[in-house]
Amino acid sequence: MLKTEELQINIGPQHPSTHGVFRMLVTVDGETLVDLKPVFGYLHRNHEQLGEVNTYLQNMPFTDRLDYFNSMVNNHAYARTIETLAGVEVPERAQYIRVIMDELSRILNHATAMGFMLGDMGAWQTALLWGMREREKILDMFEYVSGARMMCNYCRFGGVVRDIDDWFITELKKLMQGLPHYFDDFEGLLLNSEILLARARNIGVLPKELALAYSVTGPVLRGSGVAYDIRKAEPYAVYDRFKFKVPVGTVGDVYDRFLVRIAEMRESYKILEQALEQLPDATGGFINPKVKQQSLKAPAGEAYARVESPKGELGFYVVSDGSGSAYRYKVRAPSFINLSALADMCKGYTIADVVVILGSIDIVMGEVDR
Amino acid sequence: MSDLQTQMDLEQQGVLFTTINKLYNWGRRSSVWPMQFGLACCAIEMIAAAASRYDISRFGSELFRASPRQADVMIVAGTVTKKMVPQVVRLFNQMPEPRYVISMGACATSGGPFRDGYNVVRGVDLYVPVDVYIPGCPPRPEALLHSLMTLQAQIDVQALQQVRWYGDDEGVVNEFPIPVFGAEGLEVAGIPGTADPVGGTPKMPPFVSPALGGKGERDASIKALEGNQPKPMLRAGTVTIEEVGHGIAG
Repeated sequence: MLKTEELQINIGPQHPSTHGVFRMLVTVDGETLVDLKPVFGYLHRNHEQLGEVNTYLQNMPFTDRLDYFNSMVNNHAYARTIETLAGVEVPERAQYIRVIMDELSRILNHATAMGFMLGDMGAWQTALLWGMREREKILDMFEYVSGARMMCNYCRFGGVVRDIDDWFITELKKLMQGLPHYFDDFEGLLLNSEILLARARNIGVLPKELALAYSVTGPVLRGSGVAYDIRKAEPYAVYDRFKFKVPVGTVGDVYDRFLVRIAEMRESYKILEQALEQLPDATGGFINPKVKQQSLKAPAGEAYARVESPKGELGFYVVSDGSGSAYRYKVRAPSFINLSALADMCKGYTIADVVVILGSIDIVMGEVDR
Repeated sequence: MSDLQTQMDLEQQGVLFTTINKLYNWGRRSSVWPMQFGLACCAIEMIAAAASRYDISRFGSELFRASPRQADVMIVAGTVTKKMVPQVVRLFNQMPEPRYVISMGACATSGGPFRDGYNVVRGVDLYVPVDVYIPGCPPRPEALLHSLMTLQAQIDVQALQQVRWYGDDEGVVNEFPIPVFGAEGLEVAGIPGTADPVGGTPKMPPFVSPALGGKGERDASIKALEGNQPKPMLRAGTVTIEEVGHGIAG
């Protein structure tokens, strides 16, 4: 009988499909993957250590750079933590503005992440360029309100830094007119392509039990059939006032994760519509004027607050010793925890599937390594 | 009639005048292929620059090569950490001459907002020579396009007789030393005391790119900063801050 030998292959850290500086040590038997060992830390930027040196406000721009696709959501989660810690009230209008920015971020993130994933599958450029096109439109809105395209630094403790005006709302409505058409088109890219379907269906299956055991969250968990969404499970901001569904998959493969993200974009669209309708007028203000932003001191204690980031549960844990900066600062990064399931998702599939499965998890190394 | 006028008249009749340098540089400047190599946030803006809105292919740089051996320019897009810098130098060493480096963003240029961190390299120019620096965190795609135009302007004035990578191999620095982890942290082999301290200024001077007037070697005008002690990091609670309003302008 023929004897086969296992082969170890290194992928990354400089590799176009690893979505950043991520490295995988892959053991293959023929083309079938036997073992996968992730190596990371190539983008460890001391986020948590710097967070213990910075004042609370100083740390806000650093959270932008965690998951650099969704700086608005990171800001929101961090602001919520400090607000919980210091007992700060947030005006209603600010809550609505935060929700609008979060949902825009979600559309932006899913559009680009799925573009990258289809690019990894071999749908070279088209899907990615469509995603980047929508991203640019949303970034224009972000730039208008915050002054920066990517690193928005938009939230403050007790509100947001600048109010949105009529121009923003008019432009946002114009932008939203085009979105449903884009969702249909984008979904068609995968559903109308036999080759892509063959590469997505029954690939990278993550069973429900395993997903729960790994504490996986976000679209990866929902793709595995668990209807868990923090916006529903523990409504924050004003999410309890909106009607939206939590899309779930059935098998838990790459295909389900793709469909869950498309459905989530459609739900985000619905939330945006409702938020714009319910948006209170400016009389209540967009920020709590009592909060001393720069010299904010939180009473001794600890706080954990979480939001549903486009990638999963994003939580910040802060311990305060009563001074102006955190005594201990910890980020619960969804990408990092979702990534821990990668090896089990990949085992038994071919090596070509690894990049597709990695793309379907949607990681950002800034958040994984911190 | 001026020379330029003569040249233009002749061009209308189908006679072209040029020099080898001009023709050669025209070819090189119009196809500067970047390496497909993103480190952090700036890489996303690099992709945005390559996408349809900013369209980097107008400058001949749309072909992002996944292999360093086919690339002309390395865009260092993002924070270079101590774990990553050996790979960055190795990738640069694998690129064929003529090769260029664009340092995109504050992190690659100086460490940026993460400069005080224990794991962040304070400027990629401590390990490879940089031709164009772009400020910003992250720089806008327009800034990246401007850096490409700056690089093209640098290529335009290069003369084959003078560039170090053409002709004799003498004096050509092809291999840059790959830093390794030693007893005191990240060190460059053969240079004592190059371990990067936490906080303060780096102990070794940066490389100066040939395009910026150097010879591809470390800047001798900057003396080794031996007396420089790392600053102790203050806890923010010990700093007094004057409060004005509630921190919101306007």
